[in-house]
Amino acid sequence: MTGYIVRRILWGVVLLVLVSALTFVLFRILPTAEPARLRAGRGASPATIAALRRDLGLNKPLVVQLWLYMKNLFLHFELGYSYHSNASVRSLIFERLPATVSLTLGAAVVWLAVGLPVGIVSALRRRSRLDRASMGVALVLVSAPEYWLGLIVLYLFAADIGQVKVFPGSGSYAGLTSDPWKWLTSLLLPWLVLAASFAAVYARLMRSSLIETMGEDYIRTARAKGLTERRVVMRHGVRAAINPIMTIFALDVGTLLGGAILVETVFDIPGIGRLSYDAITHADFPIIQGTVLLVALFIVVANILVDIAYAYVDPRVRYS
Amino acid sequence: MTEASLNEPLLRVEDLRVEFPTEDGVVHAVDGISYDVRAASTLGIVGESGSGKTVAALTAMGLTRRAGARISGRILFEGRDLLALSEEEMRRLRGNEIAMIFQDPLSSLHPLYTVGAQIVEAIRAHRDVSKAQCRARAIELLELVGMREPDRRVDEYPHELSGGMRQRAMIAMALANEPRLLIADEPTTALDVTVQAQVLALLERLRRELSMAIVIVTHDLGVVADIAADVAVMYAGRIVESGPAARLLSAPEHPYTWGLLRSIPTLTGPRARRLEPIPGSPPSLIERPSGCHFHPRCPYAQPDHARIDPRLEPVPGEPDHRVACLLEPPLRHDLWAQLRAGGTAAQALSATTAGVPEAPA
Repeated sequence: MTGYIVRRILWGVVLLVLVSALTFVLFRILPTAEPARLRAGRGASPATIAALRRDLGLNKPLVVQLWLYMKNLFLHFELGYSYHSNASVRSLIFERLPATVSLTLGAAVVWLAVGLPVGIVSALRRRSRLDRASMGVALVLVSAPEYWLGLIVLYLFAADIGQVKVFPGSGSYAGLTSDPWKWLTSLLLPWLVLAASFAAVYARLMRSSLIETMGEDYIRTARAKGLTERRVVMRHGVRAAINPIMTIFALDVGTLLGGAILVETVFDIPGIGRLSYDAITHADFPIIQGTVLLVALFIVVANILVDIAYAYVDPRVRYS
Repeated sequence: MTEASLNEPLLRVEDLRVEFPTEDGVVHAVDGISYDVRAASTLGIVGESGSGKTVAALTAMGLTRRAGARISGRILFEGRDLLALSEEEMRRLRGNEIAMIFQDPLSSLHPLYTVGAQIVEAIRAHRDVSKAQCRARAIELLELVGMREPDRRVDEYPHELSGGMRQRAMIAMALANEPRLLIADEPTTALDVTVQAQVLALLERLRRELSMAIVIVTHDLGVVADIAADVAVMYAGRIVESGPAARLLSAPEHPYTWGLLRSIPTLTGPRARRLEPIPGSPPSLIERPSGCHFHPRCPYAQPDHARIDPRLEPVPGEPDHRVACLLEPPLRHDLWAQLRAGGTAAQALSATTAGVPEAPA
């Protein structure tokens, strides 16, 4: 087991090296804006731009740039400095991470708390009106784009522009430590909007997984033992049906921790997603590079955690 | 148990019908069957897949209600009609007074719990016993079903056991609350031949030691010959022949039973006779054949057998041996004599009709 985990972690590191090299090359090959020109501002002289190129290290051959970048990254955990603001990318990411973590984890709680019970009830009352209604709503929520849903919700409930002024609107985010109450209220709408499509997906996943599980022979055995139906469903059905969902959950959370770009943008939450969005508009390679790497890191870590967790929840999985 | 009830059968099934409404029509899975199971004895229910034998067994456990089945008739267990019980009353009976084991022990055991945990759960579903006591009891049960190192096996998962050990674990779980009746649905079908014999011997030993009745559902007459005191042969949802195993296996009356017997390979037969499979396949239980349901596959069927529905009636001189066949008893007797001597169905038919001038053309 330990050997397996060590191998997985080493593979994860290799993967991260490849991802960082690939993003580095991709963003420099793609025809995009010239960072030095953007930085220099309108009407800058060619001499100024050339000086900036030298300062930013853009005049060196691409291979040398890549080598320097990789060396800094993997030896010093240094992600470089923003072309646009000169700020350290690492400290920018650490500054923005709490908002994204708050948004993601809160939304995850909401979508699990809503999606799983709805899925279970739908599976148990298959083809009932309740099932049809839930799955209908789920289809709508899956199809609704987040930014659209976000705008609708703001229009309806935001304190500034809403028809019913209940929740703080866009741009009201405050850190958990600075103002807990404001943190909570400002995140309620983003949580709901971000959780909506996930809750719908998870309800459908839970439903289909549980329907399949409830047809298994061991469910018949559980009933033949004289267990209460509640116990048959929860301890025998859901317990087995939830395993595949756990995998998807870890990957979803990992991806979202790398920034929920749409929701962060609509609600103006200063998270990683917002950081990436701004960086893309400014062709700020070091930041783009840093956030892409962050997503890759979270996904790799989530994958490893899922594999380890699986060995505990499913005894049939044994790593050697 | 009172003195008077000793003479009553433990389980009496009367005119049981189970139908499943489906999109394609009503499936007549069980079509008016009746049988008795005496306390501490073994009844074998035999038939091909799709003959309704498993549905009949599941219905006795109250496990077809949820599937939307229409059920009628009576299932008297120690005098109580199980079909009249509420779901909660039925639940208290299941796994407690009537237990069941299934065909494939790997898929029938929960993959995520240890064998011990599953046995403990079975006990605690019906008894308020501490977990430590239950665990001790689980080890005792595993020992009872012949598992070596039961105190180690108790913490193993089903996938860590061999097929035979898994079925033993299933049996241990079924015995947890000392049921009066064990329903075994194809308990040996998924096992190796040598392991099959061990499991049957185990069931027979447990029946004697625990004075527990067994209903064994199987497609294999060999299994029945090994273990059952009484046999009921099912075809298309009905019992077509029933009686004491010794009598039914040596002097079978129904052409379907003949077919079943003649499709078993044997090393000890009168001569190396050819295996003769029953032609055709089991009928649809939605659109059943008219008259005798077996007539389309019966080599001896006569034209009016497609019209007349045979009733299950005692064989002359054998009140316990009942058969639902339209052939005249002497003719059946002659046919079986020919078949037993090694003849094919066609040979038997020509030999007997030649010798019986008044047989219909």
